[in-house]
This record gives sequence, structure tokens and C-alpha cells, in this order.
Amino acid sequence: MAKIPKRLAPKKYIENKDSETPEREGTKGFNRRDFLKTAAVVGGSALIGSYATASASKDLSGWPDRYGCLTDLTKCVGCRSCEKACNEVNNLPKPETSFDDGSVFKEKRRPTAKAYTVVNRYKNPKDEGTPIYRKVQCNHCNEPACASACPIHAYTKTKEGAVLYDPEKCFGCRYCMIACPFYVPAYDYESALEPKIVKCVMCYDRIKTGGIPACAEACPAGTITFGKRKDLIKLARKKIAETPDRYIDHIYGEHEAGGTSWMYISGVPFEQLDFPTNIPNRPIIEETKGFLGAVPVVFTVWPALFGMCYAALRHRETMEEDKDQNSKKGVEK
Amino acid sequence: MNHNGTLSKDDFRSWFMDKLLMGMSWPEYAGKLLTPFNIVAAIILSIGIPVIAVRFIYGLATATHASNEYPWGITLGWGLFAGVPLSATGFIMGTAYYIFGFKKFKPLVRLGILTGFLGYLFAVIYLLTDIGRPWRIYYPMIIGFGTASVLFLVAWHVATYLTVQFLEFSEAILEWIKSRRVYKWATMMVIGMTIAGIILSTLHQSALGAMFLLTPGKLHPLWFSSYIPHLFLSSSIYAALAMVIVVSTLAARFLRSAAGHTFLESLDSLTVGLGKGACVGIYVYFALKLVALAHDNNWYLLNTPYGKWFLLEMLGFVLLPALVLTYGVKKYSAGIVRFGAFYAVAGIIVNRINVSVIAFNWNLPDHLHHIIPPWQEVSIVMTLATIHILIFRWILNRMPVIREEPGYEGH
Repeated sequence: MAKIPKRLAPKKYIENKDSETPEREGTKGFNRRDFLKTAAVVGGSALIGSYATASASKDLSGWPDRYGCLTDLTKCVGCRSCEKACNEVNNLPKPETSFDDGSVFKEKRRPTAKAYTVVNRYKNPKDEGTPIYRKVQCNHCNEPACASACPIHAYTKTKEGAVLYDPEKCFGCRYCMIACPFYVPAYDYESALEPKIVKCVMCYDRIKTGGIPACAEACPAGTITFGKRKDLIKLARKKIAETPDRYIDHIYGEHEAGGTSWMYISGVPFEQLDFPTNIPNRPIIEETKGFLGAVPVVFTVWPALFGMCYAALRHRETMEEDKDQNSKKGVEK
Repeated sequence: MNHNGTLSKDDFRSWFMDKLLMGMSWPEYAGKLLTPFNIVAAIILSIGIPVIAVRFIYGLATATHASNEYPWGITLGWGLFAGVPLSATGFIMGTAYYIFGFKKFKPLVRLGILTGFLGYLFAVIYLLTDIGRPWRIYYPMIIGFGTASVLFLVAWHVATYLTVQFLEFSEAILEWIKSRRVYKWATMMVIGMTIAGIILSTLHQSALGAMFLLTPGKLHPLWFSSYIPHLFLSSSIYAALAMVIVVSTLAARFLRSAAGHTFLESLDSLTVGLGKGACVGIYVYFALKLVALAHDNNWYLLNTPYGKWFLLEMLGFVLLPALVLTYGVKKYSAGIVRFGAFYAVAGIIVNRINVSVIAFNWNLPDHLHHIIPPWQEVSIVMTLATIHILIFRWILNRMPVIREEPGYEGH
């Protein structure tokens, strides 16, 4: 079988090498200009929204050239090179057992405050002798639920595809962890003064400068392919079409939760590998749009409605007072 | 007595101590503090306050499960999700009295507002204990605007509404310290504040439910419903009415000396009146629950273990208290209505704990084992609840809440 390159996109595709990173830098302190800008956008966007993009924005399909990864679960051999590379590149704390230690597979692990990614082992129903390994990390959703949940806008979906988190903004409510359908964000509960969310950043600094995520680079089995998301979908379709015996006909992450940048193809149904399969195919934020849309209605209609109730009450009271006075006068006459 | 502005330092001091000690001397006051309730409270606090201190010095890991799958536990389930609907009392009593003109409920309006104000204050305190960096609590107001987030809305509304309720309650504080001028200002604001309270309450009561709209798949489908904002709002209305009954019952029973004549004499008939309102509210909620169930066509789930638990909540903790309330109202028995109200409040707590703790992550392996809170978290919750009661009692004993201040009657 033809060797699948680790990177689908040639380096020249990466145009935003020197472009400024939005939201990432300069958020350390409170900046008055940013505040005014945000306030103006919040307040003014409804009034001065661009006419030309008005209808297009309703059908936003995400940043067009965003990157992603395709994990081919039929190829993973469970060597944990990806975990090791991730740990080194992202300067994470060294684990208690070495990355060669296979005993970690005895239990199912998840990304933690000390590990962006972990590999778990599953029984292969087709072939008992060769277990299936599943790598877990942030899937970098097209419309991330974590970002929809955050009340302080600490999350950013970058145009490169990575979903980034800014600990300088976070106050630690952990609603992002509640909202994430993939159980990805972890919290370092151990820290008293600077606790923060920890999760995979898709090696943002590397992909911005033309590199590929450390895990994809380190994988000796060619399990992870990095590239533009749209190209990865084509690649996945091609693989499934060419070797239908090897794969089930499902690209996990193409549609789940509105689509993710990190996608998977597998030889066995995804629910057998603990992938959540009961999440909607539309972005999670869609669930709250109806509610949030009703908020301005309440703000405008309620004062009128209850103001009127109060006016009616006052009216009744005045009428009664008048009646009392009139009847008193009648008695006097 | 003191508004001529030429008070000497000693006069002020004795006036101040008089207010604090309710006219008693120090030894008299200290002697009165030795009651069984206070001893139990002291034991709870002596365990819980060190636990809270440890939580802040060594991090959340010392006080919670520190789980990445279960970021929220009983602290928020009880303190925020159950605490806020039970604090809708201020908005419900304020609306009934000032906007709809249910004038006979006047003896209970301030009690409702105080219950609401303290309830929200403590919801925020529970939140501050649970979030990772509480000193950044104001960040949603200044640092970053997550305008697409339901929690952003909750944060703004709870903060604003806390202020609104403080202003609403300020009448009582001003009467207590006998300030005439500011008092006039405060009474003038009341209608505006009440309407602001209605807006903010409808929105954040429902928003607490809407927060779980982001958890399809994680929250059990019997509780996850597109109706959840409506369910939370509608249940908060009868929760508030039942809660006023509960609080007034406890106040009349245990703080009789702080209660006025009007309050004690009218309480039975007002209780039945509130019970009537709670009846309407609880049946509306029950109907909405059925509509939500039918809308999602989830009947087939009723015959599962979670389905049975759901049925127990629906029948045992909504329908049954509704029937008790109905019976009490029919019989015109304040006693039965009171029992129904305590029961209905328990039902609200069961529902909110179900949504935020029991039915959340229901499909994770070993789920029911994971939701048992560690003793430290239980002790934190008990400590905060105890402080809540102590402050409530402190205010009721001093300020004109369930009695009228001489010279201010008829306002």
C-alpha cells in the first residue's frame, strides 16, 4: 500500500507564517482600547453589520483553510511515541512511568492536567491477537462547545484550526469541561493560585511556522496525517473506498458536533472504542441559540407588559379612591 | 432620636451597641447565645471553616473529587442550581405585591425579598468557593465578553440582580437605623427595581436550565430537553411560593420574639393564599414536564433504571406535593399547606441535583460511585448553609422584616 505522507499540505500552503496571532498575545492585562472595541462591536454590530455578508454569515462553515489531523486507527501500534513527543514539545511534567511502559494500558486513561494526549488499548473483535489503540486529544471542533460555554471568551478558534485557551482570562468555572462532548479539557486542581485548563493546542506554534504537530511527526506507523481539513476528508474517503474491508464507512469528526478538525477512521464501529456516539451532528452552540435569541425579547417586552400591569393596578386604585370620595360627598349632601 | 446630626461619640456608641445587641447588655446577650442550635452550628463551623481554609491554601484538589469528568459537584448542585430557584422569593413576592396588587401579602413581602437577597448572595459565595480563581469573579464584566455563553448571561444577571435586591431590601435596613431621607429615595425606586427584578429573574432562572443545553449526550435524555429553560423558570415560581411558606413557618416557630402581631395573626390565612398560588404553579410545571417528555418522545426510556428514577421525581416529588397542597388549600388547613410546601421545596432540590449531578454523565462507567461527594465538600456545603441561617437569623432579630418598625407602618 502506498505510503501516506504525514503532511498533506506542502509548506507553501502555510501563508500565515508571520501574521499576527489573534487573541493569543497581549491579553495579559486589561486593555482599555480592547474593551472599547469589544463594547463597540457588541453594541454596534447589530446596527452597522455589513450588508454584503449579511446572508452569507448565517451559513458560516468555518475558516476555509483550517488544518486538521486524520487518525487512522487501523494503523496505530500503541508505541506511545506521540505521547512522548507531545510531552517534550509542550514542556509538560514528566510522567511517573516511562513512555515505554505498557502497563498503562491496563486502564482507560484520559487527557489530564499533565498530558495533552493519551493512547488507550481496546480488544479487537475481528482479531484477538492485534488490539486496537486509540489516541485521545482535543478534537479542535469547528464550532467548539468549550468556546460557546466560556463566559470570559478565554477560548479562540484560530483560522489555522487549533482551538486555543488563554489562562490569563480564565476564572476557573470549568463550564467548558461540562460542555465539551469529548471530555477533553482537564483542570489542574492541585494548584491553589494558578489553576488552569489544560488541553491539546494542535502544536499551534509549530503549525503556524510551517511545522506539523509533534505527535504526527513522531508517529512511526503513519497513523496521523496533518493537512487541510478538506483534503483530509478526501483522503479518508479515498482510503475507505479503496479498502472497504479495512474500514467501516464513517469518518468520525466529519459531522460530529458540527465537525472537528481532528478526525478518525477505524476498522470497528466507533462506539466500541469509547467514542461518544450520542452527540448531535450540528454544532453544540445551536442548542442554545433559541434561548439566547429570546433574551432581547424579554428585555423589551417585559417592562412594557409589567409596566402596564402596574398602570392597571394604579388605575383601579384611583378609581376606588374616587368612588370612596364621591360616596363620602354623597353622604355629606 | 439620632437624626439631628449632633450626636456625640458616646451617644453613637451606645446607640450602635443597642442596635447590635438588641437592647441587651453584653453578658445578657452572651448568655442567650448558649442554645442547642448554636452548639450544633458551632461544631459544624469548627470543622468546615478549616476545610475551607485548606481549600484556598492548597487548591481545589483538597476539597473536591478533582475529577476531569465531573468538574461540578454538590457545591454547585446545591448552592447554585437548587439555591437560586429557592431564592426566587424576592421577585415573586415583589411582583405579586407591587405589580399585581396582592396587598394582603404585605407582611411577607420583606421576608421574601430578604430570602431572595441572601439566597443569591450565598449562591455567589458557593460559586466563589468552587471556582478556581475566585478573585477573578469580575472578569466577565470587564476582561472578556463571552456573549455567546449562557453563563455570561447568568453572571451579569446574578450580579445585577443582587444589587437590585439589596436596594429593595435597603428599606428595612434604613428603617432599622432610622434614616428618613435616604428611606424616601429607596421607596421611590421600588417599582422600577421590581420590574428590573422580573426581567433579570425570568432570564437567569431559565438560563440556569439553558446552561445544560450545551450538554446533549452527557445529560440523560429524560432531563435534557429543549424545554429545560422553561422547566427551570416555571418550577422556580412555585419553588419561591413554597419557600416563603417554609421560611415564614420557621420564623414564626423559632423567632417568635422577632415577629410582629400582624405577621403572626395573618400568617395562617396568608399561608393558604400562597399555597393556592403554589398549586397553580406546580400543576403548570407538571404539565410542562409532560409536554417536554412527549416532545422528545422519550416514553420508551421510562422503563429503564433512570426512567424509574425520573418517574419517582415526577410523581413522588412533583405530583404528590401538588396533591398535598391542593388538599391543604381545599381544607383551608395551613398545617397541610405547610407540609406540602416543605415537600415541594424538597422536590425542587431533588430536580436540580438530578440535572446537575445525578443524571449528568449518566453514561460514564461507574457513574453513581463518582457522584458521591467527599466529606470535605459536604462539610463546606454544611458550613456555608449554617452561616446562611445564622446571618438570616441575625437580620430577622434586628431589622423590621417580619414586624413593623414603630413610626414606619403603612409603607
